[in-house]
Amino acid sequence: MNCFEIKNLDLFYGGFQALKKINMEIEAGMISAFIGPSGCGKSTLLKTLNRMNDIIEGCKITGSVRLYGEDIYNGADVNLLRKRVGMVFQKPNPFPMSVYDNIAFGPRTHGIKARCELDAVVENSLRNAAIWDEVKDRLKKSALGLSGGQQQRLCIARALAGSPEALLLDEPTSALDPISTGKIEELLLTLREKYSIIIVTHNMQQAARISDSTAFFLHGEVIEKSDTKTIFARPADKRTEDYITGRFG
Amino acid sequence: MKNWKESIMRAVFFLSAAASILAVALICLFLLANGLPAIGKIGPFAFLLGKDWSPADVPPSFGILPMIVGSLYITAGSVIIGVPVGIFTAVFMSHVCPPKLYKFIKPGVDLLAGIPSVVYGFFGMAVILPLSGNSILSACILLGIMILPTVITISESALRAAPEQYYEGALALGAGHYRSVFSVVLPAAKSGILASVILGVGRAIGETMAVIMVAGNQPRVPSSVFQGARTLTANIVMEMAYAADLHREALIATGVVLFVFIMIINLSFSALKRKEK
Repeated sequence: MNCFEIKNLDLFYGGFQALKKINMEIEAGMISAFIGPSGCGKSTLLKTLNRMNDIIEGCKITGSVRLYGEDIYNGADVNLLRKRVGMVFQKPNPFPMSVYDNIAFGPRTHGIKARCELDAVVENSLRNAAIWDEVKDRLKKSALGLSGGQQQRLCIARALAGSPEALLLDEPTSALDPISTGKIEELLLTLREKYSIIIVTHNMQQAARISDSTAFFLHGEVIEKSDTKTIFARPADKRTEDYITGRFG
Repeated sequence: MKNWKESIMRAVFFLSAAASILAVALICLFLLANGLPAIGKIGPFAFLLGKDWSPADVPPSFGILPMIVGSLYITAGSVIIGVPVGIFTAVFMSHVCPPKLYKFIKPGVDLLAGIPSVVYGFFGMAVILPLSGNSILSACILLGIMILPTVITISESALRAAPEQYYEGALALGAGHYRSVFSVVLPAAKSGILASVILGVGRAIGETMAVIMVAGNQPRVPSSVFQGARTLTANIVMEMAYAADLHREALIATGVVLFVFIMIINLSFSALKRKEK
């Protein structure tokens, strides 16, 4: 089953074409990695999946993106889309409020008001993000007091609180130390069964370690996409091979 | 040769910096030296809590409670009117209005800041007085408008300084534009907005000319917002021209009280800035 189906997607920032004729299917219940050098369009494609490109002025998109068969660009409610497709950013961005309020932000936005229901969502999300034990005694304290790695797991918990179907991660560990990175990777592996996860990463070892399928991007095009073992062992395209063996990028 | 130039320039910079400190010190000294003896003669309680200001009576009474209350009422009222409007305007300018409209609003707000207070006073007499008469309410409306540029300018820069990632994070959770701005960006800019309010309070409590023109200026403790009131600033300006002896000293002592209010406002402003760091 496919979570996302992307057909003939072109994306322009003003006169610059950032994505060229992307056709891709992203399977549900798996971890898909997008790799490629800076500026290759991998983050841009990620942001088309929850329409975060909408806020960039001069951004124009043609083609279609379907989430479980539903076109997300024509007639879809963008706020509902973003609830169904959670996102975690490169730099941890907990809001300047308490841990509890951070997690409860999404559910409150979507109309959950009852205290007991919110309590349950907060606890579940934090447990799912493997950070409950670290923050359960400081739910009422500011989330900005947490370490960088904890903040990023909090952001994952915050995205999970909306019970999304897919989770987009935009280089989620590039601002973190190796130990925090390891924790996030472990966490993503435990989440794989429940959510379709798409991760953009600069780190090829990370893609090799945790992803089931990998797509290699270059200059706004998808050069190659296949399961991770294949792409790292026997890349079909010369450019993919050059990149993953470290000849450029 | 070079060292010699360096020391001269250093002296120039030092003297320039010293000038403002010296000015504050002299003002302080003058106020306290001339004001405190009067408070002593009248008695601190009779002065601060006395309800009767009749400098021409025999014996005269110098109670400034009506003016303290008047200043506090009018300042509070102007904050109630000006702060919400100012903050909403700042949100509008930083997160809602299209760039084309911004090009008109921004210079408009800057112009509002540059209008002399006597012109505000004329505006108040011509436009506000026919509606609400010489009263606390009129003064609050007028001062509410006068503090707008302070509140708007500082709040707007605080809102713009709030990290973009908060806004994006809220959007990515499915919050709409307004929910993102009001429940995430606004709290993130909280301390800057509070600073704008404090500076607005400072502006309101120190305002003199415009207030005199619309507030009615009766030296009695007001019992409703439709009555006139006299502020500390108005008290000084209106009587200083003909006051002599103890009356004159009592007016300077009124200035001491005003100065204390301003000090409190400045101290809370710097405490806020320290907390921010």
